[in-house]
Amino acid sequence: MSIIVNELNYIYNPGTAMEVQALRDINLEIKDGEFIGIIGHTGSGKSTLIQHLNGLIRATSGGIFYNGADIYDEGYDLRTLRTKVGLVFQYPEHQLFETTVMADVSYGPKNQGLDEKEATLRAVGSLNAVHFPEKHFYDSPFELSGGQKRRVAIAGVLAMKPEVLILDEPTAGLDPQGRDEILEMVSNLRSTQHITVILVSHSMEDVARYVDRLIVMNGGGVMYDDTPQAVFAHYKELEEVGLMAPQVTYVMHALAEAGIPVRTGATTVAEAKDEILSVLC
Amino acid sequence: MDQFIKARNVTFEYIRRDDDGNVEGIETALDKVDLDVKAGDFIAILGANGSGKSTLAKHINALLTPESGYLIVDGKDTHNKDHTLAIRQTAGMVFQNPDNQIIASIVEEDVGFGPENIGVPTDEIWTRVEKSLRSVGMYHYRHHSPNRLSGGQKQRVAIAGVMAMKPKCIILDEPTAMLDPIGRQEVLSAVRELNKKNGITVILITHYMEETIHANRIFVMESGKVIMQGKPREIFSRVEELKDHHLAVPQVTELAWELKQSGLSLPDGILTKEELISELCRLS
Repeated sequence: MSIIVNELNYIYNPGTAMEVQALRDINLEIKDGEFIGIIGHTGSGKSTLIQHLNGLIRATSGGIFYNGADIYDEGYDLRTLRTKVGLVFQYPEHQLFETTVMADVSYGPKNQGLDEKEATLRAVGSLNAVHFPEKHFYDSPFELSGGQKRRVAIAGVLAMKPEVLILDEPTAGLDPQGRDEILEMVSNLRSTQHITVILVSHSMEDVARYVDRLIVMNGGGVMYDDTPQAVFAHYKELEEVGLMAPQVTYVMHALAEAGIPVRTGATTVAEAKDEILSVLC
Repeated sequence: MDQFIKARNVTFEYIRRDDDGNVEGIETALDKVDLDVKAGDFIAILGANGSGKSTLAKHINALLTPESGYLIVDGKDTHNKDHTLAIRQTAGMVFQNPDNQIIASIVEEDVGFGPENIGVPTDEIWTRVEKSLRSVGMYHYRHHSPNRLSGGQKQRVAIAGVMAMKPKCIILDEPTAMLDPIGRQEVLSAVRELNKKNGITVILITHYMEETIHANRIFVMESGKVIMQGKPREIFSRVEELKDHHLAVPQVTELAWELKQSGLSLPDGILTKEELISELCRLS
């Protein structure tokens, strides 16, 4: 079970003066249960890539295989693919539209053809999964706080029972606690429901803390694809493409330069703390 | 320095009504807020979502006015409707999403839109456009289409658009929430320059703690009240208190605090990488 991206290219407005190559020779294999981060500056191709993964955009050339099947085959059921690969867009709360939270979350499953009862069950299950408080199930989604709205929007995607969950900047605009809650929740979903998670983020600190594998996009291509530690070791190259390493990585490098013999690989506060203590104490 | 903003007991409630106009619920967004900002200050406002930060910001340029208490901006009471336009020109706002703030198809036209709207003579408009774009380091892009700019560049164009109105103060409501790391740095350094070189009073609302370490003063809000205020070093020395209020500290501060908890003798409130390095070198 996996997603294989093979020699993928995508060109916006081909053959016109506005032609832009948004994706360039992308090759990836995303295995079941992975927690992957995608980083890249604005316009690097992150969003275009993830929209290919559930068939929203069709590649100009190259292929995508979901669980061994070519999604561009004639007769391939793209509708089902879109429920299997759930995509949570940026600011998903802007897409809430129903009068109650429950109606909003069960809209997707109903659209899949489930009856009222099953759809409601799915909605309850996914609202519980995102730790949304039961007493607000029948409130209007528009009267919730930003963090709660976002949970409802994510629950709406989870109610489709996806096998892969892709989140495009799920924490933008949230306060530190809201940010931690959403990321903890996603991390839990992955371990308890065995969902593959792909997290697109501008927060280097967040990806360093949560993901096992980090893909760096630049100019429509994959620049790095490795563990966060290995990727952030290239902090100088990352700066040239609009990115950075987490602050603590810079601390470790500066310490090493100042003559304190620390290993510089730390990307989280916990790792940095352990390394500094092991050298200084 | 002159007092630029003076707020006393500012209270504001959002009232929810049903279809018949009956009151369904009242939410107190600002609860007796006092705020003093001097001309040329750089202040930061922190607080969880829903703590009242944006509501307060909207009071400073008279988009909202206090239900009780008062707020004076540059000597003008925001209650007085005759002052509303003058206050909005004095205190310009920049919001989260640059795409919602840019309206023209060429950068320089976008920046000139504001002054043109208030009848500034053409020559003067072009002078202002040039000056504003230079002040945020975007003059080179004046003939570009905003569509082709990065997030950080777009946001700097939005700031230039506000600068072209010759404000004394800019209020930035999470201006970097949608930007990549370098874009965040670009916007922050543009804002710091405006503050230092042009003496513009800056009010920055953000969830990124690192962005606030250069502020003169930080205000922390919760449930419509100002619950902490002080210099960055004072505020970020109170790590546990901030955590109790669901806030964080800059990553360097957190690392220093964790190391201190583990027994290293470090001072409180370390804000920058350089401070932490020199303290650790002293210990080694």
